[in-house]
Amino acid sequence: MKLSEVVKVMGLKIFNPEVEGWEMIEVSWGYASDLLSDVIAGLSKDELWVTIQRHLNVVAVAKLKDGAGIVITKGIIPDDATIKKATEEGVVLLGTEMNTFEFCGKLYNLLKYGEIR
Amino acid sequence: MGNEKVRLVYRIKAMDLANAGAASSHVKSELQKYGIEEEVVKRVGIICFEAEMNMILYSVGGKLKVEANSNSVEIFAEDNGPGIEDLEKAMQPGYSTAPPWAQDYGFGAGMGFPNMKQNSDVFEVESAPGVGTKIHAIIYRRKENEAK
Repeated sequence: MKLSEVVKVMGLKIFNPEVEGWEMIEVSWGYASDLLSDVIAGLSKDELWVTIQRHLNVVAVAKLKDGAGIVITKGIIPDDATIKKATEEGVVLLGTEMNTFEFCGKLYNLLKYGEIR
Repeated sequence: MGNEKVRLVYRIKAMDLANAGAASSHVKSELQKYGIEEEVVKRVGIICFEAEMNMILYSVGGKLKVEANSNSVEIFAEDNGPGIEDLEKAMQPGYSTAPPWAQDYGFGAGMGFPNMKQNSDVFEVESAPGVGTKIHAIIYRRKENEAK
């Protein structure tokens, strides 16, 4: 599913729409974790990473694993330095008011069945 | 690409969180340019990132070296201290000595060494308290070499 569709259906905020071609990024699946080394082990290419972490180093982790983007939950706003770095590195930063559990439940259905349910 | 070799060296500064991941990211793009297989680049990236983060968070600073040729990619990470008290524990998944502030940032999952080992064909660590830590990892580029 294209990231633009995920953003639309899930009502996501995008912190850096400057990232060129973000609409066309293919989202294959997702991974939720707040521990960076766990994400390094668990996140695969083209997956959305769901977390409450918002500091600079999340960008390097998402880039390392070629993730589809980062979704920060619970309405948490990333630091300015994080947004700047993410834009430079071409990593899409997204936000939702939902907590990780609620967001993942909906995203799971969307990516598996094509609808939120 | 023949027998041409790649040799990359980075100085890693202690507590330099703003640049964390920069060396690993550069390693990845250089190895891609050299035509190294995507799967190998991915594994090298993970090992370099974990080694880089360890040096930034826990050491007084060190060096990351990556050498690649037609057979393999080798990673050398050497810091100047303080060394690891209990290496056996450090190798166990879930064991961490990360201070509270680093834990708040999502470090300290206790998976750094397990991640490095899992992505290496050969993985060696030497550490002496008060001296420093040396990591050596080899990733073979071809399947037939993995059995060696």
